[in-house]
Amino acid sequence: MYGGGNSFEHLDLDRSLENEDPQLLAEFEARIARGEKIEPSDWMPALYRKQLIRMIEQHAHSEIIGALPEGTWITRAPGFKRKMALMAKVQDEVGHAQLLYAAAETLGKPREKMIEDLINGKSKYSNIFNYPAYTWADSTVISWLVDAGAIVNQLANSKGSYGPYCRALDRICAEEAFHLKYGHHSVIHLSTGSAKQREMVQAALNRWWTPLMHFFGPPDKMSTHTEILTRWKVKMSTNDENRQQFLDMYVPKIWDLGLTIPDPNLKKNETTEKWEYTEPDWEEFKRVINGDGPCNKERLAVRRRAEERGAWVRKAIMKPVEKPVTPLA
Amino acid sequence: MNQLAIKELLYKIADDQLILGHRNSEWTGVGPTLEEDIAFSSMAQDKVGQSLAFYKLLHNMGENDPDTVAFMRNAEQFHNCQLVELPSGEYDFSLIRHFLFDFAESARFRRLSESSVKDIADVANKLKGEIKYHTMHANIWIKKLGNATDESIERLQSALNYAFPYALGIFEKSPFETDLIENGVFVGEAQLQEEWLEEVQNVINQTQLILPTVTDEEIKYGGRIGKHTNHLQPLLTEMSEVFKIDPTAEW
Ligand SMILES: [Fe+2]
Ligand SMILES: [Fe+2]
Repeated sequence: MYGGGNSFEHLDLDRSLENEDPQLLAEFEARIARGEKIEPSDWMPALYRKQLIRMIEQHAHSEIIGALPEGTWITRAPGFKRKMALMAKVQDEVGHAQLLYAAAETLGKPREKMIEDLINGKSKYSNIFNYPAYTWADSTVISWLVDAGAIVNQLANSKGSYGPYCRALDRICAEEAFHLKYGHHSVIHLSTGSAKQREMVQAALNRWWTPLMHFFGPPDKMSTHTEILTRWKVKMSTNDENRQQFLDMYVPKIWDLGLTIPDPNLKKNETTEKWEYTEPDWEEFKRVINGDGPCNKERLAVRRRAEERGAWVRKAIMKPVEKPVTPLA
Repeated sequence: MNQLAIKELLYKIADDQLILGHRNSEWTGVGPTLEEDIAFSSMAQDKVGQSLAFYKLLHNMGENDPDTVAFMRNAEQFHNCQLVELPSGEYDFSLIRHFLFDFAESARFRRLSESSVKDIADVANKLKGEIKYHTMHANIWIKKLGNATDESIERLQSALNYAFPYALGIFEKSPFETDLIENGVFVGEAQLQEEWLEEVQNVINQTQLILPTVTDEEIKYGGRIGKHTNHLQPLLTEMSEVFKIDPTAEW
Protein backbone atom coordinates (compact mmCIF):
# COMPACT_ATOMS: atom_id res chain seq x y z
CA MET A 1 0.00 0.00 0.00
CA TYR A 2 1.22 3.45 -0.64
CA GLY A 3 -0.09 6.97 -0.54
CA GLY A 4 1.17 10.00 -2.42
CA GLY A 5 1.89 13.45 -1.29
CA ASN A 6 4.97 13.12 0.83
CA SER A 7 7.53 11.85 -1.60
CA PHE A 8 9.09 14.76 -3.34
CA GLU A 9 10.03 17.40 -0.82
CA HIS A 10 13.26 19.37 -0.96
CA LEU A 11 13.79 19.52 -4.70
CA ASP A 12 16.71 21.73 -5.53
CA LEU A 13 16.56 21.38 -9.27
CA ASP A 14 19.03 23.99 -10.44
CA ARG A 15 21.82 22.78 -8.23
CA SER A 16 21.06 19.11 -8.69
CA LEU A 17 21.48 19.08 -12.43
CA GLU A 18 24.46 21.41 -12.86
CA ASN A 19 26.98 18.59 -12.47
CA GLU A 20 25.36 16.29 -15.00
CA ASP A 21 26.84 15.74 -18.45
CA PRO A 22 24.38 17.54 -20.77
CA GLN A 23 24.76 14.98 -23.53
CA LEU A 24 24.14 11.98 -21.27
CA LEU A 25 21.23 13.81 -19.73
CA ALA A 26 19.71 14.49 -23.15
CA GLU A 27 20.08 10.83 -24.17
CA PHE A 28 18.54 9.72 -20.88
CA GLU A 29 15.55 12.00 -21.36
CA ALA A 30 15.14 10.89 -24.97
CA ARG A 31 15.01 7.24 -23.90
CA ILE A 32 12.30 7.99 -21.37
CA ALA A 33 10.36 10.01 -23.90
CA ARG A 34 10.46 7.00 -26.25
CA GLY A 35 8.93 4.91 -23.46
CA GLU A 36 12.07 2.87 -22.73
CA LYS A 37 12.71 1.58 -19.23
CA ILE A 38 15.81 2.59 -17.30
CA GLU A 39 17.68 -0.38 -15.83
CA PRO A 40 20.03 -0.47 -12.79
CA SER A 41 23.29 -0.43 -14.79
CA ASP A 42 22.14 2.39 -17.11
CA TRP A 43 23.37 5.94 -16.72
CA MET A 44 20.98 8.12 -14.74
CA PRO A 45 21.16 11.59 -13.18
CA ALA A 46 21.93 11.62 -9.46
CA LEU A 47 18.64 13.39 -8.82
CA TYR A 48 16.69 10.63 -10.57
CA ARG A 49 18.42 8.00 -8.46
CA LYS A 50 17.83 9.94 -5.26
CA GLN A 51 14.15 10.57 -5.86
CA LEU A 52 13.52 6.97 -6.89
CA ILE A 53 15.24 5.60 -3.82
CA ARG A 54 13.16 7.93 -1.71
CA MET A 55 9.93 6.94 -3.41
CA ILE A 56 10.49 3.16 -3.55
CA GLU A 57 11.83 3.10 -0.01
CA GLN A 58 8.79 4.96 1.30
CA HIS A 59 6.59 2.56 -0.58
CA ALA A 60 8.41 -0.45 0.95
CA HIS A 61 8.11 1.05 4.44
CA SER A 62 4.41 1.60 3.85
CA GLU A 63 3.97 -2.09 3.09
CA ILE A 64 5.77 -3.31 6.19
CA ILE A 65 4.19 -0.74 8.52
CA GLY A 66 0.87 -1.25 6.71
CA ALA A 67 1.00 -4.90 7.78
CA LEU A 68 0.64 -3.83 11.42
CA PRO A 69 -2.88 -2.36 11.78
CA GLU A 70 -4.47 -5.29 9.92
CA GLY A 71 -1.99 -7.80 11.29
CA THR A 72 -3.34 -7.35 14.80
CA TRP A 73 -6.71 -8.64 13.56
CA ILE A 74 -5.39 -11.95 12.22
CA THR A 75 -5.66 -13.60 15.63
CA ARG A 76 -9.20 -12.27 16.01
CA ALA A 77 -10.62 -12.78 12.52
CA PRO A 78 -14.12 -14.28 12.78
CA GLY A 79 -14.31 -17.72 11.20
CA PHE A 80 -11.99 -19.86 9.10
CA LYS A 81 -12.65 -18.08 5.82
CA ARG A 82 -11.69 -14.64 7.10
CA LYS A 83 -8.84 -15.92 9.23
CA MET A 84 -7.15 -17.62 6.30
CA ALA A 85 -7.80 -14.81 3.84
CA LEU A 86 -6.49 -12.14 6.20
CA MET A 87 -3.35 -14.16 6.94
CA ALA A 88 -2.69 -14.45 3.21
CA LYS A 89 -3.47 -10.79 2.63
CA VAL A 90 -1.11 -9.45 5.26
CA GLN A 91 1.55 -11.92 4.19
CA ASP A 92 1.29 -10.44 0.70
CA GLU A 93 1.94 -6.99 2.13
CA VAL A 94 5.14 -8.22 3.78
CA GLY A 95 6.03 -9.80 0.44
CA HIS A 96 5.46 -6.43 -1.23
CA ALA A 97 7.92 -4.86 1.17
CA GLN A 98 10.44 -7.54 0.28
CA LEU A 99 9.99 -6.93 -3.46
CA LEU A 100 10.22 -3.17 -3.08
CA TYR A 101 13.28 -3.17 -0.84
CA ALA A 102 14.92 -5.35 -3.48
CA ALA A 103 13.92 -2.86 -6.21
CA ALA A 104 15.33 0.04 -4.17
CA GLU A 105 18.53 -1.89 -3.50
CA THR A 106 19.23 -1.93 -7.24
CA LEU A 107 19.77 1.82 -6.88
CA GLY A 108 22.47 1.34 -4.27
CA LYS A 109 20.88 1.59 -0.85
CA PRO A 110 20.98 -1.63 1.23
CA ARG A 111 17.83 -2.94 2.92
CA GLU A 112 19.41 -2.71 6.37
CA LYS A 113 20.10 0.99 5.85
CA MET A 114 16.57 1.63 4.68
CA ILE A 115 15.08 -0.12 7.70
CA GLU A 116 17.44 1.78 9.95
CA ASP A 117 16.21 5.06 8.44
CA LEU A 118 12.62 3.95 8.95
CA ILE A 119 13.17 3.16 12.61
CA ASN A 120 15.06 6.39 13.23
CA GLY A 121 12.23 8.35 11.68
CA LYS A 122 14.49 9.63 8.88
CA SER A 123 12.34 8.22 6.15
CA LYS A 124 8.59 8.31 5.90
CA TYR A 125 5.80 5.87 5.15
CA SER A 126 2.20 6.35 4.19
CA ASN A 127 0.47 8.56 6.69
CA ILE A 128 -2.65 6.46 6.82
CA PHE A 129 -1.02 3.73 8.89
CA ASN A 130 -0.63 6.13 11.77
CA TYR A 131 -4.32 5.68 12.50
CA PRO A 132 -5.63 2.87 14.69
CA ALA A 133 -7.81 -0.07 13.63
CA TYR A 134 -10.18 -0.13 16.62
CA THR A 135 -12.53 -2.88 15.51
CA TRP A 136 -12.76 -5.75 13.05
CA ALA A 137 -14.72 -3.41 10.79
CA ASP A 138 -11.74 -1.04 10.62
CA SER A 139 -9.61 -3.88 9.32
CA THR A 140 -12.16 -4.61 6.58
CA VAL A 141 -12.38 -0.95 5.57
CA ILE A 142 -8.59 -0.87 5.35
CA SER A 143 -8.50 -4.01 3.21
CA TRP A 144 -11.07 -2.61 0.84
CA LEU A 145 -10.59 1.14 0.63
CA VAL A 146 -6.98 1.71 1.64
CA ASP A 147 -5.96 -1.02 -0.76
CA ALA A 148 -8.22 0.53 -3.40
CA GLY A 149 -6.40 3.82 -2.95
CA ALA A 150 -3.07 2.06 -3.10
CA ILE A 151 -4.04 0.38 -6.36
CA VAL A 152 -4.83 3.74 -7.94
CA ASN A 153 -1.34 4.97 -7.04
CA GLN A 154 0.43 1.75 -7.88
CA LEU A 155 -1.19 1.28 -11.27
CA ALA A 156 -0.13 4.80 -12.24
CA ASN A 157 3.41 4.24 -10.99
CA SER A 158 3.72 0.91 -12.78
CA LYS A 159 3.83 2.87 -16.06
CA GLY A 160 6.88 4.77 -14.84
CA SER A 161 10.40 4.73 -16.24
CA TYR A 162 12.42 2.64 -13.78
CA GLY A 163 12.33 -1.01 -14.87
CA PRO A 164 12.77 -2.83 -11.54
CA TYR A 165 10.12 -0.68 -9.82
CA CYS A 166 7.64 -1.18 -12.67
CA ARG A 167 8.10 -4.94 -12.65
CA ALA A 168 7.70 -5.11 -8.87
CA LEU A 169 4.51 -3.05 -9.18
CA ASP A 170 3.08 -5.34 -11.85
CA ARG A 171 3.37 -8.27 -9.48
CA ILE A 172 2.06 -6.25 -6.57
CA CYS A 173 -0.99 -5.03 -8.49
CA ALA A 174 -1.94 -8.60 -9.39
CA GLU A 175 -2.05 -9.46 -5.68
CA GLU A 176 -3.84 -6.25 -4.76
CA ALA A 177 -6.77 -7.36 -6.91
CA PHE A 178 -7.28 -10.22 -4.45
CA HIS A 179 -7.00 -7.84 -1.45
CA LEU A 180 -9.63 -5.60 -2.92
CA LYS A 181 -12.01 -8.49 -3.46
CA TYR A 182 -11.42 -9.81 0.05
CA GLY A 183 -11.93 -6.35 1.57
CA HIS A 184 -15.03 -5.64 -0.49
CA HIS A 185 -16.62 -8.99 0.45
CA SER A 186 -15.92 -8.42 4.12
CA VAL A 187 -17.45 -4.95 4.03
CA ILE A 188 -20.48 -6.26 2.11
CA HIS A 189 -21.08 -8.88 4.80
CA LEU A 190 -20.95 -6.27 7.53
CA SER A 191 -23.06 -3.67 5.78
CA THR A 192 -25.77 -6.18 4.87
CA GLY A 193 -25.55 -7.99 8.20
CA SER A 194 -27.02 -7.48 11.65
CA ALA A 195 -27.70 -4.04 13.12
CA LYS A 196 -24.56 -4.39 15.22
CA GLN A 197 -22.46 -5.22 12.16
CA ARG A 198 -23.86 -2.30 10.18
CA GLU A 199 -23.14 0.03 13.06
CA MET A 200 -19.56 -1.27 13.28
CA VAL A 201 -18.81 -0.75 9.61
CA GLN A 202 -20.41 2.70 9.44
CA ALA A 203 -18.36 3.80 12.46
CA ALA A 204 -15.22 2.47 10.82
CA LEU A 205 -15.95 4.30 7.57
CA ASN A 206 -16.50 7.51 9.54
CA ARG A 207 -13.10 7.09 11.16
CA TRP A 208 -11.26 6.27 7.94
CA TRP A 209 -12.75 8.83 5.58
CA THR A 210 -10.43 11.71 6.44
CA PRO A 211 -7.30 9.52 6.39
CA LEU A 212 -8.47 8.20 3.01
CA MET A 213 -8.82 11.70 1.62
CA HIS A 214 -5.38 12.51 3.04
CA PHE A 215 -3.99 9.33 1.52
CA PHE A 216 -3.48 10.88 -1.92
CA GLY A 217 -1.59 13.85 -0.54
CA PRO A 218 -2.28 17.60 -0.45
CA PRO A 219 -4.17 19.28 -3.32
CA ASP A 220 -2.05 19.99 -6.39
CA LYS A 221 -2.28 23.72 -5.79
CA MET A 222 -0.56 23.22 -2.41
CA SER A 223 2.12 20.82 -3.64
CA THR A 224 5.65 21.57 -4.70
CA HIS A 225 5.96 21.51 -8.46
CA THR A 226 7.45 18.41 -9.92
CA GLU A 227 7.59 18.93 -13.71
CA ILE A 228 10.97 17.33 -14.04
CA LEU A 229 9.85 14.25 -12.14
CA THR A 230 6.84 14.02 -14.41
CA ARG A 231 9.07 14.33 -17.49
CA TRP A 232 11.32 11.60 -16.10
CA LYS A 233 8.27 9.44 -15.41
CA VAL A 234 8.99 9.19 -11.73
CA LYS A 235 5.76 10.88 -10.75
CA MET A 236 3.05 9.54 -13.02
CA SER A 237 -0.08 11.34 -11.83
CA THR A 238 -0.97 14.16 -9.52
CA ASN A 239 -2.48 13.86 -6.06
CA ASP A 240 -5.76 15.37 -7.23
CA GLU A 241 -5.95 13.07 -10.26
CA ASN A 242 -5.50 10.03 -8.03
CA ARG A 243 -8.03 11.28 -5.50
CA GLN A 244 -10.59 11.98 -8.22
CA GLN A 245 -10.10 8.54 -9.70
CA PHE A 246 -10.56 6.91 -6.31
CA LEU A 247 -13.76 8.86 -5.62
CA ASP A 248 -15.07 8.05 -9.06
CA MET A 249 -14.53 4.33 -8.64
CA TYR A 250 -15.49 3.83 -4.99
CA VAL A 251 -18.01 6.42 -3.83
CA PRO A 252 -20.81 4.78 -5.86
CA LYS A 253 -19.83 1.36 -4.50
CA ILE A 254 -19.88 2.68 -0.91
CA TRP A 255 -23.28 4.29 -1.45
CA ASP A 256 -24.56 1.04 -3.01
CA LEU A 257 -24.00 -0.67 0.32
CA GLY A 258 -26.24 1.84 2.08
CA LEU A 259 -23.32 3.39 3.92
CA THR A 260 -23.08 7.12 4.55
CA ILE A 261 -19.89 8.96 3.69
CA PRO A 262 -19.25 11.55 6.42
CA ASP A 263 -19.05 14.53 4.09
CA PRO A 264 -22.32 16.32 3.31
CA ASN A 265 -20.64 18.26 0.50
CA LEU A 266 -19.47 15.22 -1.39
CA LYS A 267 -21.04 15.12 -4.86
CA LYS A 268 -20.07 14.83 -8.46
CA ASN A 269 -20.34 18.05 -10.42
CA GLU A 270 -22.05 16.95 -13.62
CA THR A 271 -20.65 19.86 -15.64
CA THR A 272 -16.98 19.52 -14.67
CA GLU A 273 -17.32 15.76 -14.09
CA LYS A 274 -15.20 16.27 -11.00
CA TRP A 275 -16.00 15.31 -7.45
CA GLU A 276 -16.51 18.14 -5.02
CA TYR A 277 -15.84 17.59 -1.34
CA THR A 278 -14.96 19.30 1.88
CA GLU A 279 -11.19 19.74 2.06
CA PRO A 280 -9.93 17.46 4.81
CA ASP A 281 -7.91 19.13 7.52
CA TRP A 282 -4.48 19.51 5.93
CA GLU A 283 -3.01 20.82 9.17
CA GLU A 284 -3.81 17.47 10.73
CA PHE A 285 -2.13 15.76 7.76
CA LYS A 286 1.05 17.77 8.35
CA ARG A 287 0.97 17.09 12.06
CA VAL A 288 0.62 13.36 11.55
CA ILE A 289 3.32 13.22 8.86
CA ASN A 290 5.66 15.01 11.20
CA GLY A 291 5.20 12.36 13.84
CA ASP A 292 2.28 13.53 15.90
CA GLY A 293 -0.46 11.14 14.82
CA PRO A 294 -2.40 8.74 17.02
CA CYS A 295 -0.13 5.76 16.27
CA ASN A 296 3.21 7.04 14.90
CA LYS A 297 5.11 6.20 18.04
CA GLU A 298 3.47 2.83 18.46
CA ARG A 299 4.07 1.77 14.84
CA LEU A 300 7.75 2.66 14.95
CA ALA A 301 8.14 1.10 18.38
CA VAL A 302 6.70 -2.19 17.13
CA ARG A 303 9.02 -2.13 14.12
CA ARG A 304 12.04 -1.22 16.25
CA ARG A 305 11.25 -3.98 18.71
CA ALA A 306 10.93 -6.52 15.88
CA GLU A 307 14.34 -5.48 14.56
CA GLU A 308 15.91 -5.78 18.00
CA ARG A 309 14.34 -9.17 18.69
CA GLY A 310 15.50 -10.51 15.33
CA ALA A 311 19.04 -9.10 15.47
CA TRP A 312 20.61 -12.32 16.77
CA VAL A 313 19.01 -14.29 13.93
CA ARG A 314 20.29 -11.95 11.24
CA LYS A 315 23.73 -11.97 12.83
CA ALA A 316 23.77 -15.76 12.92
CA ILE A 317 22.77 -16.22 9.30
CA MET A 318 25.44 -13.79 8.14
CA LYS A 319 28.00 -16.12 9.64
CA PRO A 320 29.11 -18.93 7.32
CA VAL A 321 28.69 -22.42 8.75
CA GLU A 322 32.08 -23.65 9.90
CA LYS A 323 33.03 -26.97 8.44
CA PRO A 324 34.79 -29.18 10.97
CA VAL A 325 38.48 -29.31 10.11
CA THR A 326 39.56 -32.84 9.28
CA PRO A 327 43.11 -33.51 10.34
CA LEU A 328 45.38 -34.44 7.46
CA ALA A 329 47.08 -37.17 9.38
CA MET B 1 -15.17 -49.47 14.66
CA ASN B 2 -15.69 -47.17 17.62
CA GLN B 3 -16.63 -43.74 16.21
CA LEU B 4 -15.60 -42.01 19.42
CA ALA B 5 -12.07 -43.32 19.00
CA ILE B 6 -11.82 -41.92 15.49
CA LYS B 7 -13.29 -38.60 16.54
CA GLU B 8 -10.82 -38.32 19.38
CA LEU B 9 -7.98 -38.96 16.95
CA LEU B 10 -9.24 -36.34 14.51
CA TYR B 11 -9.88 -33.75 17.18
CA LYS B 12 -6.38 -33.88 18.55
CA ILE B 13 -4.86 -33.51 15.09
CA ALA B 14 -7.15 -30.64 14.13
CA ASP B 15 -6.78 -28.82 17.44
CA ASP B 16 -2.98 -29.09 17.33
CA GLN B 17 -2.95 -27.56 13.88
CA LEU B 18 -5.39 -24.78 14.60
CA ILE B 19 -3.63 -23.67 17.75
CA LEU B 20 -0.12 -23.87 16.31
CA GLY B 21 -1.26 -22.14 13.13
CA HIS B 22 -2.71 -19.38 15.26
CA ARG B 23 0.53 -19.06 17.22
CA ASN B 24 2.70 -19.02 14.09
CA SER B 25 0.52 -16.30 12.59
CA GLU B 26 1.52 -14.04 15.47
CA TRP B 27 4.85 -13.53 13.70
CA THR B 28 3.18 -11.74 10.79
CA GLY B 29 4.78 -8.33 10.35
CA VAL B 30 7.31 -8.78 13.16
CA GLY B 31 9.51 -11.69 12.02
CA PRO B 32 13.31 -11.61 12.37
CA THR B 33 13.70 -11.15 8.60
CA LEU B 34 11.09 -10.43 5.94
CA GLU B 35 11.73 -13.89 4.50
CA GLU B 36 11.02 -15.64 7.81
CA ASP B 37 8.01 -13.44 8.40
CA ILE B 38 6.62 -14.74 5.12
CA ALA B 39 7.65 -18.35 5.83
CA PHE B 40 5.95 -18.43 9.23
CA SER B 41 2.82 -16.99 7.70
CA SER B 42 2.82 -19.69 4.99
CA MET B 43 3.16 -22.39 7.59
CA ALA B 44 0.43 -20.80 9.70
CA GLN B 45 -1.89 -20.76 6.69
CA ASP B 46 -1.14 -24.40 5.92
CA LYS B 47 -1.79 -25.42 9.52
CA VAL B 48 -5.09 -23.61 9.81
CA GLY B 49 -6.14 -24.88 6.38
CA GLN B 50 -5.25 -28.43 7.36
CA SER B 51 -7.15 -28.18 10.62
CA LEU B 52 -10.18 -27.15 8.59
CA ALA B 53 -9.86 -30.34 6.51
CA PHE B 54 -10.01 -32.42 9.69
CA TYR B 55 -12.88 -30.41 11.21
CA LYS B 56 -14.75 -31.08 7.98
CA LEU B 57 -14.22 -34.81 8.40
CA LEU B 58 -15.57 -34.46 11.93
CA HIS B 59 -18.54 -32.49 10.65
CA ASN B 60 -19.28 -35.35 8.24
CA MET B 61 -19.31 -37.64 11.27
CA GLY B 62 -22.00 -35.54 12.92
CA GLU B 63 -19.96 -32.96 14.85
CA ASN B 64 -20.75 -29.25 14.65
CA ASP B 65 -19.65 -27.16 11.69
CA PRO B 66 -15.96 -26.13 11.67
CA ASP B 67 -16.50 -22.48 12.64
CA THR B 68 -18.61 -23.41 15.65
CA VAL B 69 -16.17 -26.11 16.71
CA ALA B 70 -13.14 -23.86 16.37
CA PHE B 71 -14.54 -20.61 17.71
CA MET B 72 -17.07 -21.63 20.35
CA ARG B 73 -15.34 -24.23 22.53
CA ASN B 74 -13.58 -23.54 25.83
CA ALA B 75 -10.07 -24.65 26.68
CA GLU B 76 -11.20 -27.85 28.46
CA GLN B 77 -12.89 -28.93 25.25
CA PHE B 78 -9.68 -28.71 23.22
CA HIS B 79 -7.56 -31.83 22.63
CA ASN B 80 -4.33 -30.20 21.51
CA CYS B 81 -1.04 -30.99 23.20
CA GLN B 82 0.31 -28.29 25.50
CA LEU B 83 3.33 -27.64 23.29
CA VAL B 84 1.29 -25.79 20.66
CA GLU B 85 -0.52 -23.49 23.09
CA LEU B 86 2.61 -22.07 24.73
CA PRO B 87 3.20 -18.41 23.88
CA SER B 88 5.30 -17.86 20.74
CA GLY B 89 8.03 -16.25 22.82
CA GLU B 90 11.14 -15.36 20.91
CA TYR B 91 12.07 -16.75 17.51
CA ASP B 92 14.33 -19.39 19.12
CA PHE B 93 11.39 -21.02 20.87
CA SER B 94 9.05 -20.66 17.88
CA LEU B 95 11.62 -22.29 15.63
CA ILE B 96 12.33 -25.17 18.03
CA ARG B 97 8.61 -25.78 18.51
CA HIS B 98 8.06 -25.76 14.75
CA PHE B 99 10.92 -28.25 14.34
CA LEU B 100 9.75 -30.63 17.08
CA PHE B 101 6.10 -30.46 16.18
CA ASP B 102 6.36 -30.65 12.41
CA PHE B 103 8.56 -33.73 12.49
CA ALA B 104 5.93 -35.38 14.70
CA GLU B 105 3.18 -34.32 12.38
CA SER B 106 5.03 -35.52 9.33
CA ALA B 107 5.47 -38.95 10.95
CA ARG B 108 1.80 -38.94 11.92
CA PHE B 109 0.58 -38.16 8.40
CA ARG B 110 2.92 -40.71 6.89
CA ARG B 111 1.40 -43.36 9.15
CA LEU B 112 -2.17 -42.12 8.79
CA SER B 113 -1.89 -42.32 5.01
CA GLU B 114 -1.89 -46.11 5.56
CA SER B 115 -5.01 -45.94 7.74
CA SER B 116 -7.83 -48.45 7.33
CA VAL B 117 -10.25 -45.51 7.39
CA LYS B 118 -10.22 -44.33 3.80
CA ASP B 119 -11.28 -40.71 4.43
CA ILE B 120 -8.45 -40.27 6.92
CA ALA B 121 -5.92 -41.95 4.65
CA ASP B 122 -6.93 -39.67 1.76
CA VAL B 123 -6.55 -36.45 3.75
CA ALA B 124 -3.28 -37.61 5.32
CA ASN B 125 -1.91 -38.50 1.93
CA LYS B 126 -2.63 -35.06 0.62
CA LEU B 127 -1.19 -33.25 3.65
CA LYS B 128 1.95 -35.39 3.70
CA GLY B 129 3.15 -33.42 0.70
CA GLU B 130 2.50 -30.03 2.32
CA ILE B 131 4.22 -30.89 5.58
CA LYS B 132 7.37 -31.91 3.71
CA TYR B 133 8.15 -28.25 3.10
CA HIS B 134 7.69 -27.45 6.76
CA THR B 135 10.17 -30.08 7.92
CA MET B 136 12.60 -28.96 5.20
CA HIS B 137 12.30 -25.41 6.46
CA ALA B 138 12.86 -26.47 10.07
CA ASN B 139 15.82 -28.58 9.04
CA ILE B 140 17.61 -25.76 7.25
CA TRP B 141 17.14 -23.30 10.10
CA ILE B 142 18.00 -25.67 12.93
CA LYS B 143 21.20 -26.66 11.16
CA LYS B 144 22.04 -23.07 10.36
CA LEU B 145 21.37 -21.51 13.75
CA GLY B 146 22.47 -24.60 15.66
CA ASN B 147 25.95 -24.16 14.19
CA ALA B 148 26.30 -20.39 13.90
CA THR B 149 27.14 -18.08 16.79
CA ASP B 150 27.53 -18.77 20.51
CA GLU B 151 24.38 -16.79 21.07
CA SER B 152 22.30 -18.66 18.50
CA ILE B 153 23.48 -22.04 19.80
CA GLU B 154 22.79 -21.11 23.41
CA ARG B 155 19.38 -19.72 22.58
CA LEU B 156 18.36 -22.81 20.63
CA GLN B 157 19.67 -25.11 23.34
CA SER B 158 17.70 -23.43 26.11
CA ALA B 159 14.57 -23.33 23.93
CA LEU B 160 15.08 -27.03 23.24
CA ASN B 161 15.49 -27.82 26.94
CA TYR B 162 12.26 -25.99 27.69
CA ALA B 163 10.24 -27.38 24.77
CA PHE B 164 11.33 -31.02 24.82
CA PRO B 165 9.18 -32.25 27.77
CA TYR B 166 6.20 -30.58 26.07
CA ALA B 167 7.11 -32.15 22.72
CA LEU B 168 7.05 -35.60 24.31
CA GLY B 169 3.54 -34.71 25.43
CA ILE B 170 2.47 -34.79 21.78
CA PHE B 171 2.48 -38.59 22.11
CA GLU B 172 0.06 -38.83 25.01
CA LYS B 173 -1.94 -42.02 24.51
CA SER B 174 -5.59 -41.90 23.63
CA PRO B 175 -8.07 -43.73 25.87
CA PHE B 176 -8.86 -45.72 22.71
CA GLU B 177 -5.26 -46.51 21.80
CA THR B 178 -5.56 -50.33 21.54
CA ASP B 179 -8.82 -50.02 19.66
CA LEU B 180 -7.21 -47.77 17.06
CA ILE B 181 -4.15 -49.94 16.66
CA GLU B 182 -6.08 -53.22 16.45
CA ASN B 183 -8.40 -51.85 13.80
CA GLY B 184 -5.54 -50.54 11.69
CA VAL B 185 -6.70 -46.93 12.00
CA PHE B 186 -3.40 -45.78 13.36
CA VAL B 187 -0.08 -47.27 14.35
CA GLY B 188 -0.26 -45.77 17.85
CA GLU B 189 1.53 -43.02 19.74
CA ALA B 190 4.37 -45.15 21.13
CA GLN B 191 5.47 -46.28 17.66
CA LEU B 192 5.09 -42.73 16.36
CA GLN B 193 7.26 -41.32 19.13
CA GLU B 194 10.00 -43.80 18.31
CA GLU B 195 10.04 -42.85 14.62
CA TRP B 196 9.95 -39.16 15.51
CA LEU B 197 12.79 -39.40 17.99
CA GLU B 198 15.03 -41.01 15.43
CA GLU B 199 14.45 -38.24 12.91
CA VAL B 200 14.80 -35.45 15.44
CA GLN B 201 17.99 -36.97 16.85
CA ASN B 202 19.39 -37.24 13.34
CA VAL B 203 18.98 -33.50 12.71
CA ILE B 204 20.23 -32.53 16.17
CA ASN B 205 23.35 -34.64 15.57
CA GLN B 206 24.25 -32.31 12.72
CA THR B 207 24.30 -29.32 15.07
CA GLN B 208 26.05 -28.33 18.24
CA LEU B 209 22.86 -28.93 20.20
CA ILE B 210 22.12 -31.77 22.62
CA LEU B 211 18.78 -33.45 23.04
CA PRO B 212 17.94 -33.22 26.76
CA THR B 213 17.13 -36.31 28.82
CA VAL B 214 13.65 -36.20 30.23
CA THR B 215 12.18 -38.47 32.89
CA ASP B 216 8.66 -39.83 32.46
CA GLU B 217 7.40 -37.61 35.28
CA GLU B 218 8.66 -34.52 33.51
CA ILE B 219 6.68 -35.11 30.33
CA LYS B 220 3.86 -32.61 29.90
CA TYR B 221 0.79 -34.77 29.40
CA GLY B 222 -2.79 -33.68 29.83
CA GLY B 223 -3.56 -31.67 26.71
CA ARG B 224 -5.27 -34.59 25.01
CA ILE B 225 -7.81 -34.84 27.82
CA GLY B 226 -8.46 -31.13 28.10
CA LYS B 227 -5.92 -30.25 30.77
CA HIS B 228 -4.10 -27.19 29.55
CA THR B 229 -1.64 -24.57 30.65
CA ASN B 230 -3.18 -21.22 31.48
CA HIS B 231 -2.07 -19.93 28.06
CA LEU B 232 -4.79 -21.65 26.05
CA GLN B 233 -7.93 -19.90 27.30
CA PRO B 234 -6.62 -16.37 26.63
CA LEU B 235 -5.67 -17.48 23.12
CA LEU B 236 -9.19 -18.82 22.52
CA THR B 237 -10.79 -15.74 24.00
CA GLU B 238 -8.79 -13.58 21.63
CA MET B 239 -9.49 -15.84 18.65
CA SER B 240 -13.25 -15.74 19.18
CA GLU B 241 -13.54 -12.10 20.27
CA VAL B 242 -15.20 -10.94 17.04
CA PHE B 243 -16.98 -14.21 16.21
CA LYS B 244 -18.76 -14.15 19.56
CA ILE B 245 -20.14 -10.64 19.02
CA ASP B 246 -22.75 -12.51 17.01
CA PRO B 247 -22.09 -16.24 16.44
CA THR B 248 -25.15 -16.51 14.16
CA ALA B 249 -24.03 -13.66 11.91
CA GLU B 250 -22.14 -14.06 8.69
CA TRP B 251 -18.84 -12.28 8.87
FE1 LIG C 1 0.61 -3.98 -0.76
FE1 LIG D 1 -2.74 -4.77 -0.37
